[in-house]
Amino acid sequence: MASNKVYWKNEAELNPNDSIVEALKQNEFVEDIPVDEFLGDKEGLSSSNTNRRDFLKYVGFSTAAATLAACEGPVVKSIPYVVQPDRIVPGVANYYATTIANGFDFASILIKTREGRPIKVENNTDAKIGGNANARVQASVLGLYDSTRLQGPIANGEPVEWDVLDASVKAKLGSLQGGGKQVALLTQTYASPSTKRLVAEFKQKYGNVNHVTYDAIAEDAALTAFEARYGERALADYDFEKADIIVSFGADFLSDWQGGGYDGGYSRGRVPTNGKMSRHVQFEANMSLTGANADKRVPLAPSMQMVALAKLYAKLNGTSVGGELSADVEKTIDAVVAQIRKNKTGAVVVSGIDDVNAQAVVLAINEMLGSKAFDAMAPRYVRQGNAKAVNDLIADMKAGKVGALIMDGVNPMYTLPNAADFAEGIKNVDLSVLYATNYNETSEVAQYTAAANHYLESWGDTEIKKGHFSLMQPTIRELFDTRQFQSSLLGWMGSDKTYYDYIKETWNTFVLQGGDWNKALHDGVFAVTSGTASVNDMIVMADPAAIVDEVDTEQNDEEAGEETSTAEVISVDSAVRSLANTNPSNMELTLYSKVGMGDGRQASNPWLQEFPDPITRVSWDNYITVSKADAEAMGFENVNVANGGLDGSYANVTVNGVTVSNVPVIIQPGQAKGSVGLSLGYGKKAGMKAEMQTGVNAYPLYQDFKSIQSVTLEKVSGMHEFACIQLHKTLMGRGDIIKETTLEIFNTKDHAEWNHVPQVSLNHQEVPATSVDLWDSFDRSIGHHFNMSIDLNACTGCGACVIACHAENNVPVVGKAEVRKSRDMHWLRIDRYYSSEDSFEEDNIKKDEFDGLSGEKGSLGGFGELEDPSANPQVAFQPVMCQHCNHAPCETVCPVAATSHSRQGQNHMAYNRCVGTRYCANNCPYKVRRFNWFLYNNNDEFDYYMNNDLGKMVVNPDVNVRSRGVIEKCSMCIQKTQKTILDAKREGRPVKDGEFQTACSSACGNGAIVFGDVNDKESKVSELAQSDRMYHLLEHVGTKPNVFYHVKVRNTNEA
Amino acid sequence: MRKVPYRQQITKSIGFSFLVSLFFTVSVFAQEETAEAAEPEATEAVEAEAGSGDPAKGKSLFQQNCAACHALNRKMTGPALANVESRLEEEEGLDKEWLYAWIKNSPGMIKAGDPYAVKIYNEYNQAAMTAFPTLSNTDIDDILAYTAAPPETPKETTGVVVGPPGTAPTGGISNNIILGALALVFALLVFMLYSVNKTLRRVMAANGVELEEDAKKRIPLWKAFAQNQFLVLVSVIFLLLGSAYFAYGWMMQVGVDQGYAPIQPIHYSHKIHAGANKIECKYCHSSARVSKHSGIPSLNVCMNCHKSIYEYKGGPEGPSQEDLANGYTNEFYTNEIKKLYKAVGWDEENQKYTGESQPVEWVRIHNLPDFAYFNHSQHVSVAGIECQTCHGPVEEMEIMYQYSSLTMGWCINCHRETNVKVEGNEYYAKIHAELSKKYGVETLTAAQMGGLECGKCHY
Repeated sequence: MASNKVYWKNEAELNPNDSIVEALKQNEFVEDIPVDEFLGDKEGLSSSNTNRRDFLKYVGFSTAAATLAACEGPVVKSIPYVVQPDRIVPGVANYYATTIANGFDFASILIKTREGRPIKVENNTDAKIGGNANARVQASVLGLYDSTRLQGPIANGEPVEWDVLDASVKAKLGSLQGGGKQVALLTQTYASPSTKRLVAEFKQKYGNVNHVTYDAIAEDAALTAFEARYGERALADYDFEKADIIVSFGADFLSDWQGGGYDGGYSRGRVPTNGKMSRHVQFEANMSLTGANADKRVPLAPSMQMVALAKLYAKLNGTSVGGELSADVEKTIDAVVAQIRKNKTGAVVVSGIDDVNAQAVVLAINEMLGSKAFDAMAPRYVRQGNAKAVNDLIADMKAGKVGALIMDGVNPMYTLPNAADFAEGIKNVDLSVLYATNYNETSEVAQYTAAANHYLESWGDTEIKKGHFSLMQPTIRELFDTRQFQSSLLGWMGSDKTYYDYIKETWNTFVLQGGDWNKALHDGVFAVTSGTASVNDMIVMADPAAIVDEVDTEQNDEEAGEETSTAEVISVDSAVRSLANTNPSNMELTLYSKVGMGDGRQASNPWLQEFPDPITRVSWDNYITVSKADAEAMGFENVNVANGGLDGSYANVTVNGVTVSNVPVIIQPGQAKGSVGLSLGYGKKAGMKAEMQTGVNAYPLYQDFKSIQSVTLEKVSGMHEFACIQLHKTLMGRGDIIKETTLEIFNTKDHAEWNHVPQVSLNHQEVPATSVDLWDSFDRSIGHHFNMSIDLNACTGCGACVIACHAENNVPVVGKAEVRKSRDMHWLRIDRYYSSEDSFEEDNIKKDEFDGLSGEKGSLGGFGELEDPSANPQVAFQPVMCQHCNHAPCETVCPVAATSHSRQGQNHMAYNRCVGTRYCANNCPYKVRRFNWFLYNNNDEFDYYMNNDLGKMVVNPDVNVRSRGVIEKCSMCIQKTQKTILDAKREGRPVKDGEFQTACSSACGNGAIVFGDVNDKESKVSELAQSDRMYHLLEHVGTKPNVFYHVKVRNTNEA
Repeated sequence: MRKVPYRQQITKSIGFSFLVSLFFTVSVFAQEETAEAAEPEATEAVEAEAGSGDPAKGKSLFQQNCAACHALNRKMTGPALANVESRLEEEEGLDKEWLYAWIKNSPGMIKAGDPYAVKIYNEYNQAAMTAFPTLSNTDIDDILAYTAAPPETPKETTGVVVGPPGTAPTGGISNNIILGALALVFALLVFMLYSVNKTLRRVMAANGVELEEDAKKRIPLWKAFAQNQFLVLVSVIFLLLGSAYFAYGWMMQVGVDQGYAPIQPIHYSHKIHAGANKIECKYCHSSARVSKHSGIPSLNVCMNCHKSIYEYKGGPEGPSQEDLANGYTNEFYTNEIKKLYKAVGWDEENQKYTGESQPVEWVRIHNLPDFAYFNHSQHVSVAGIECQTCHGPVEEMEIMYQYSSLTMGWCINCHRETNVKVEGNEYYAKIHAELSKKYGVETLTAAQMGGLECGKCHY
């Protein structure tokens, strides 16, 4: 049963001798504050220059000065528009639908603007595909106000006029026309119909143009496999909502696998309805977000994953292949196969292994099963990079065959493993132009760096999935003298059209099919429901010159399909054989992208830097994750030091002779033995503020664009200081805050059994804790009463809500040193708990049968091999914000009544009333109150976005920016609930269900967080409050929170 | 919270009453601005007699239909119209029929390609004149008659009424006389007492009577006081309490800017706009209806009217003495309008925007601190509260000032006393029914509705 489980947050907690961890569980400080040491030092005190008299003088003087200064009010200027734009009413937000398509993240979003300033990203619920903004997309609005942005084009480091740049590019392009040297365009993935058409026209005009698409983190293997099978360079789409059995081989599909955006469907399939939910089996090396959500997670080194995939295919096919797997894994695969056989179309297999064979086999399996969740007919276009083409281009550059190199949205000097080759090659290129928003590593070698627009200043369009189009529109005029790449292309081609006109033309001709442009622009998305002709094809067809380049592999569909599929069967067999014969290497590295950083293009975003990784809970760093067994073998260690911070050893990581040195080590529970993980996207230096230059650059290890590498590790001296918050905010030993059960128990037993209400003793009678009350309750049946429901089954831990809360509530960024001191300010944290999968049942049997010294039951034999809980823990995520207790412990201890309760269920916090005693934070059982240790705005010590005028433009004007010395906490977005109420009042109507939203609930595209009025009996939240799975955190404390959770149910059915 | 009376206001009201008294002691000579303007045209009136129109009727038609874009002697959106008929006939050879056609359907004529129509259309920035098919030929005759010879305007009834109506004639003078007389009487009394005393002493000396001086010296009063410890204690306590009272009062007004009336870059008179011309507050402060900000109107809103109102004419009786004393002459106001034109970049000569604009930096008067959230639309649209409730008699303010204290106590008092306007608002239907049952009252105050909770205004 769930309550038997032991939950732990950190590997160190498993060591009963770790006094620091024990102390942190109970106390705020590990050691007593050395007051005596300080005050007892008579000598030190008397030798100080400031004696008591001086001190009093200073105090007196500054008080008097402050008083005098307060008497004179400042003169505040109020400057209205000269001509006020129609749509802008000061104080009222406008929303615009747009799209982010930066080459790594693709999503249809809404942008909230205030007085013309974009301040917040919201999900576009009209979008069927790609309508969920992840943490990085939520944070991308801050990138617009990045003070390190390029403010105009530069040539060899000197500012230059656009005219000069244009003239030299035009001259060069003109001279290259018809010549021997090629014009190379090296760009990100656009997935944009208009850009595709534009590039085709550009090719037509200049002839010898070579367009190379380059993804920093490539999906080359998957693209190649898909292309071989289906004839189009794209990615298969999956709808995990339709899947009953999900088998993943190293595919981190809840974060960035194949462009990401799969978590919404996955979550909907995970909520048990009518006794059913999907079953998810994950074979993986690193502990990924996806593995953390799996029902069954098998830690397996990448080479073994390939063997396992081959075995799965063979077993489903009824054949057999070679390859060695451990008995446990073999057993798991057998169970999975048996389950799949029962429900073939309900199963789906995915893989993140960077290997064409593996990807081909996955496609073959899904096709063989006829999986409902698998869609190859309408594939995704969000990754189009071509590794071979990139390497060919670099070779061409070195050979001096490239006359002009124009780059957009890429930073090859940082992301290429062979950056040195690129640097050498670019010297032989006559003209090199880079379009970038920030000065970066490639700017250092390129002749021109053209200041590019942020996506919120640009026009654009994307086709995320075949038939699903979305539009990008500017939400603000260019802040600086910048220009988007497409506009430049149009200009160089001598066209007088704007890119806006061009997109409109493309859409009216190819996309809209008679639909309304204005409506499409308003909605931001447009889905082609009828007609099968691909827009991409039409665009290419419309342009005869490009056909030769692009469609040489494409023939007419049916025949080609037949042919390739006959050819496929053979190739799949050989692919399976080669997979099965994969040789494991000693230590295998899996390179991955972190939820908070992606491929590193937003590295100068302080929100993302401070965002704690969902699994390791480390911010401001990347690190190499090592299993406990390997760490012990190699001598790596993690220790918790007295201030609650985490320290880790350093390692030198070498792949094929390339070494990345001084990589900090994290011991990661659940990391497959014989494997290590390292995230890309960190270690950027050029054009960044010193505080933002965090982590190490792992791209040099990303050789041949393969995320799996054979690696050697070597311990080096020194200890790294992490800013890891996993032991922070002690719950005073009240550990039982997660409730979980299995689907079987959930379906068969009464909820009192798996969702046990804690009992307390009252008059020597055991009664449910919820029935005992110390206080008189207020009448809350009148008016609104806000409740929030958090479903632990639907929550994947993705952290979009954390960033959304950050943006909505002006939460300050405090920096690495402060986070390490547990002074992070996040109002909403996502706790990650580990627990042991098999609840020690086998160990208990072993203990019971303990007998003798050796042998299976002996103390030296089997008994010594008791399960190591950190080898493969289960993971649970739990978002925790202020619980808005109806009987709030914080309210009763505040000496100045700064925090008080409202009848709407929200716990109010009047900042200007707070004097900073922190009693409330101490008395809070959930540890959700945050103290402003410093003034975080206009303070050079905290030089993040709130320290410059540009960065402050992102601040939400409806929420206070707090000052030093006050407590702050989640307000349940009272500014949003009050606005909803006011809108209803003004329109003279009751509030409809779904109108009440908080920043986190509207950011949660997975449906895990639902917010609403429980007094509205029709509302979804009041329905959820009646659910059997509903429970409150620490119910026995009797705080009666207004936030409730839903018991996590795991589908452990093996058959 | 204690309300501290604003001292400056008292001095101001004294000053004001003094000015008022001055006003009534001096006789008024007001110039008739309009009469002056009309004079030169009076000579031409004979000429226009030929046209059958009625200039008086024409005037009202002109003001209804034409005045937004045309003036008599001045280019506006459209050309100046004084003597338009004769001018067209002389210069362009166009007769009245052309004018009828033009006025009734000018876009049609432009489309048809009438040369002069196209010319004038292009000359005035291709701003097509509204067609007036409803005007009959007689109406047009009337208007033309008016343009040829505007009738003399006798006393206009609409216009600015400056200064309060006479209520207390000669009040000041009589008071002064009484005061003077009283002073004289007192002076006489003092003199008489002094002389009586002197005379008695002289008589005494003459009669040889010795005035018996007090033999034992009495202790001076202050010494007696100092020796009485009880008295000292009590008076010290009173002194301390008193000074604490005043110190508290002084400190409570720190940051309270009641009466704050800064000098603005453009002298904008609410008295003229909201008072005399009765412009609705929310015409300019339109965002008060939907937003938390009432909004300072952007300059394009000013130009809605000031495109045609280019000078200040004042009331028929002209500026009052008080206005004159402050320098608020008609020229002064006209000058302020010119400042607006400069800021918005309006070229009066060519009736065109130059594009060179300079936003006006108004000094903000009502400064609520950042930690207090206030929403205008809640109060204006939902509660239906008059703007004057908080902002005072704005329509009487020549210079805008902060009328209310804007302290938290002031907010809360109002929330305690004011009933929520629930009628006809579906939102309140349920909560009103439930709450009035709970409290057993028919009407609910904002406080009962939860309007005193901290988080409603502080977040």
